[in-house]
Order: sequence, then structure tokens, then C-alpha cells
Amino acid sequence: MFGEYSLGDLGSIFAMQGFAGLILFSVYLLMALGLAIIFGQMGVINMAHGEFMILGAYVTWLTSVFFTEHLPSLFPIYFFVAMALAFCASGALGMLVEWALIKRLYKRPLDTLLATWGLSLILQQVYRSVFGPREVGVTLPDWMMGSLPVTDVVEVQINGLFVMGLTLLITVAVFFMIFRSRFGQQIRAVVLNRQMAGAVGIDTEKVDRLTFGLGCGIAGVAGSAFTMIGSTGPTAGQLYIVDTFLIVVFGGAASLFGTIASAFSISQTQSTLEFFLSGSMAKVITLLTVVGILMLRPQGLFTLKVRR
Amino acid sequence: MAEHDEAGHSRLRRQILMGMAAAPLAGLLPKTAFAQAPATSAVNTTGLAVTDTEVTVGILHSATGTMAISETGSIQAEKLAIEQINAMGGVLGRKIKFIQEDGASDWPTFAEKAKKLLVQDKVAAIMGCWTSASRKAVLPVIEQYNGMLYYPTFYEGLEQSKNVIYTGQEATQQILESLNWVVKEKGAKTFYFIGSDYIWPRTSNKIARKHIENFMKGTKVVGEEYFPLGHTQFNSVINKLKLTKPDVIFTDVVGGSNVAFYKQLKAAGINLDKQILMTISVTEDEIDGIGGENIAGAYSCMKYFQSLDNPNNKEFVAAFKKMWGEKTVIGDVTQAAYLGPWLWKMTVEKAGSFDVDKIAAASDGIEFTKAPEGYVKIHANHHLWSKTRVGLAQKDGQFKVVYESPDLIEPNPFPKGYQ
Repeated sequence: MFGEYSLGDLGSIFAMQGFAGLILFSVYLLMALGLAIIFGQMGVINMAHGEFMILGAYVTWLTSVFFTEHLPSLFPIYFFVAMALAFCASGALGMLVEWALIKRLYKRPLDTLLATWGLSLILQQVYRSVFGPREVGVTLPDWMMGSLPVTDVVEVQINGLFVMGLTLLITVAVFFMIFRSRFGQQIRAVVLNRQMAGAVGIDTEKVDRLTFGLGCGIAGVAGSAFTMIGSTGPTAGQLYIVDTFLIVVFGGAASLFGTIASAFSISQTQSTLEFFLSGSMAKVITLLTVVGILMLRPQGLFTLKVRR
Repeated sequence: MAEHDEAGHSRLRRQILMGMAAAPLAGLLPKTAFAQAPATSAVNTTGLAVTDTEVTVGILHSATGTMAISETGSIQAEKLAIEQINAMGGVLGRKIKFIQEDGASDWPTFAEKAKKLLVQDKVAAIMGCWTSASRKAVLPVIEQYNGMLYYPTFYEGLEQSKNVIYTGQEATQQILESLNWVVKEKGAKTFYFIGSDYIWPRTSNKIARKHIENFMKGTKVVGEEYFPLGHTQFNSVINKLKLTKPDVIFTDVVGGSNVAFYKQLKAAGINLDKQILMTISVTEDEIDGIGGENIAGAYSCMKYFQSLDNPNNKEFVAAFKKMWGEKTVIGDVTQAAYLGPWLWKMTVEKAGSFDVDKIAAASDGIEFTKAPEGYVKIHANHHLWSKTRVGLAQKDGQFKVVYESPDLIEPNPFPKGYQ
């Protein structure tokens, strides 16, 4: 396959391929972080995760329309406003859903699966009724499109760098929030033992609501960022949900490190295989590998040591 | 297939002439039109939902689910055509009433709803289906209960049924002429295929590959790739494109993947003004989601573009926008869906009956001179004779037509040497 190319060409291509793998890693991690918090920390199987992402995407679209019409001079920076709004919108909807639906189902984890699946269908139809069944096109500021040429062949995508930076930022923020802040301590306490946490004075209901809201908010930011690389339509959330669950489950549901490790290994496998084989075969082999490993290690790559 | 008889042709010609003569009067005398309508017992011998004043047809598309993105335009076009036909006095003096069913992007649901329309509602014809999967699910039902389906989407071919009229192009019509064009005009030698992984892209690419390898000189395919439906990460294949440097990227990626593909192509610095990209899956509808600035410079092969400059199309676009809003766009399939009710009306009038067998037999040779795409004619194999065009995508989401086949292209759903 490589006989006809020069060494320099091959070097450049492998550099670009490595970069493509890193972008995919960032995308996967960004998708999975919100779910890792909700599913991993709270044990809620949130099938509507993709729809929370798409809410973020629609908020981004609305913001872009607003800026084009009313504040065209500030258009180059609208994306940051949009991400903040997406976080607030998805987070607020998440807290509402937690209050109205999820909190009644903590004792019946399998029912949350059905309930959130129903919620995802409802949200899809709401988007369809409000925004129309067709996809909307989100216009990006010019500086976010295109690429930085490093050499003739090697080019670095600006939106890829943007997603990587954003993922890094959010991962670090989540890490500090969960492992270094008082609120994170409360979350972990509630996860480990709800009754004891309540007994020592933690408002477990409030912690639950904020955790769920945080997870959904991060999903909203991810959805907002994905308007750069994907489509925005009522059912676009479905495109992400399978990969997202795959990453969280493969990494070990309760472990944030596991999520990172799993996003990394899956994205590298996928991206390398895609280069050497075809797209469909790459997916098949990746999924088979994941299934194989999960059969040997059902708890995922990493697990928390918890007394059960 | 339809019997080819000379008498039928001259009868058709006579009716067209009569119709043209009667047209100016029809508006003035709607009452007399009803009075002249032939008796129901004569035009409906098989118990269809036809009364003295009304005839019922079905509209069967996905209004919900993932395909709603694409099928909404078809529903709108069919409703517009029905409204216009009714305004002209209907079919054989009867107003068209429609029953709309939702296939919900789910193929068994399509089959079930088709059965409901045929068995319970006794509709005289169904305008519907979009994906090949939905058509394949509906086909046995339509054939078993002897219904009539008008199917709007360009598709892979390899199918023909007495009970179906295919108003979109089959693959050879859409692809071959466009490949000839890109080789002749742009001097293209190497092609890279990228498609979604299901029957339509695979069959279409197979036809394209045979054409490139067997029927043209000095051209070859340097890569062929398929991605699962809904795939959103194309960076690896884009790297392969940079490595192989094909003259033409030939794509049939569909749905949400499309948006991801073009956005990532642009982000990776592939400039479509320099790199030729030819697609058979992007209409004005898809550009809405992709964004004109991301796809400007790509070529699309279709039989219809909204920007076509002819009086029929101007009228059609104006009527469509009046009914469905200034901002709506019209893609190839939407136009093909618009043909369905019209072709059915003309066939019924030629046959002088709503009976499905008579319509199936009378379809051959039906001409529609007011078609927005210009002029179409039904072939004996129930596909349409049509022209093929190549459009250059513009920033505003419209296409500029850069090539139009000189003649109507004969539909050839079972192409020899391409299988």
C-alpha cells in the first residue's frame, strides 16, 4: 500500500494521522464526560444524553442567528457566549428533569433507562416541532474554520485544536470539582453511601440535582462544540449515544480515569484501523474488541475499590 | 409490462388536444365539469375509494424519526400538486382527497401503513416512500393488494414493478453522463469513492466503477470506502485523500454524516475550488444543514436544481414558496415527488379509469410537459426519461447548472455490463 510514496510523505501522513487520533480522542472524551458523571457517579442510565447535547447545539445555532442579526461586530467571539448559554440551558433542563422524573426513580435504576429513553423521544419531537425536521446550519466565525499549514502536507485543523483545548479545560475543571472541592466531596459521599451522607448533614437531594445538572450542562457544551464537526438536527443526538455509552462502560462506569483511558484506546484503535482498513471494517473490529474485553473484564478497564 | 398499442397513443394525443382546448373554459364552468364526469361505476370497477365527487389517495412518508429531515420536502410537494390539480377541477371530475400516514422512519411501519391505506382506505394510489429500504418493505404489499405507488427518490435501480412508477432517476441515468462530463471537461483520471454503508451507495459506486474501468480510457478508481450510517469522524479518510491525491472525490454519503464530512473536509484545508468533488447525494435540502460556505465549489449530479431557468420551474418554485414559506428550499427529490400526483392524474385520464391494472397499462408514454425539470415521459419500464445536470454548489446554498445532457436519457434499471 505504501510502496509508491516517499518517506517524507509517509512521515507527514503519520503525523497527521496521529493528530486525527488525538482529535477523535478529544471528541470522545468530551461526549463521555457528562455521561461519566451522571452514569458513573449517580448510576443513572441517561438515554437522553444525546438530546441534551443537541439542545446545546440548538442554543449555539440560536446564538449565531442572534449575533448575525443584532451584533454582527461581535460575531467572531459569539461561540464562547454560545457555549456558556448551552451549558446553562442543558444544565437547567437537566435539573428540571431530575426534579420531575429522575429523583422518583433512584431506587429503580432500570426504570430510569425506560424513562430517559421516553424522554429522549419526547425531546426529539419537541425539537422537530420547534425547529423543524430539517437540519439547521450553524455558521462559524471564519477564524475557526480552515487549518494552519505546518509543512506542505501536514496541516493542523483549527477546530480540532479548539476541541482539544476545550476538552482539556473541561476535564481539568471536572477533576478539580470532583476530587478537590467540597462539592465534589459531597458528590462522592452520596455515591458511596447515601444514607450516611444524609445522616452527616449533606443535603443529598440538592447534591443529586446539581450533579445531574452538571452532567447535562457538560453535554450541552459538548453539543455546542460539535456544531463545528457534525450536524444539528432533531435526531442528531442519536449519532453520539452509542459511542458515548461504549466509552463510559468500557472505562469502568464509576471511574473518571477509566473514561479517559477508554476514550483514548478506542479512539486510537478506531482511527488507526480506519486508515489501514475501510470505515465500516474499522468500526466492526473496534466493537468486537470492546465486546471481547468486556467479556473478560465485565467491570470495565478501571474500577473503584468500594466496600459493597 | 404495459402493452404497447398504437390506439392508446392516438387516444392520448387526442385527449391532450382536447384538454388544451378545454383548459381556458374549465375555470369558468366548474359545475359543468362535474356534470360531465363519467359515472363512478364505469371508472372504478375494483372497489377503490372513488365517489361521484371525490377520489382518495394516500401519502406515505416519514413525518417523524430520522428520515423526516429528507421526507418533509416530498410531503410538501405532493400536497402542493394535489391542491393545484384540485384547483383545476380534479381528476375525471373528482376532487382528490388525501389520507396521510406516517412511516416514522421505520420500514415495517411503512409496510403496515401501506396495507392500511390499500385494504382499509382503498386508496386509488399512494405517493410515498423515500429510502430504498422503505420501498423494498412496501413493494410486496403493493403487489399483493394491487396498489399503485409513485416513488420519488433517485435510487440504485435493479427493480421494476407493474405497481410502481419511479419518478426519480435510477443510478445509470444519474451517474454515467456526469462521469463522462468530469472526464471530458476536467480531464479527470483518478477517482476516490466515499459512501455510506448500505445498498444505494454500494450499487451506485459499483456502476460508477464499471463505467470508469470498462467504458472510459485511462481512468481508474484509487480508493473505495464505506462508513456506517451516522458516522461523524472522517479525519482518517481525509488523510488518505491527501495521500492518494485523487483527481475526483466521488461521494454518496447521506444523512447527518454528510454534514460532518463536508465540515471536516473544509477544516482539513481541502479547498473545493481546487479539488474536484462530485456528489450524487447532496441536494439543496442537504446544503441547508451542511452550510453553503462549507460545500461551495462541489459538483452535484441530479436531474433537477431549484435554480433551473425555465418557465415551468419559475412557476413551481413560486407556488411552492407561497404554500410553504419563503425560506424553504427545493431539492431533486422534492421535485420528483411533485411529479407523482400529476403523472397519476394524466394516466387516469388517459386510461379513463381509476382501476390499477388499467393505469399500470396506460402509464407507458405519458408525457408531462409542465414538469419543473422541463419535460418527462414515462418509459415502458415505469421509470422516467429525463435529463441529467451537473450543478456547482454556491455559497448561498443554491446550485449553478454547469452542464445539462443534450437529450433525455433512457432509464435502464437493469444495465448490462454494470452488474
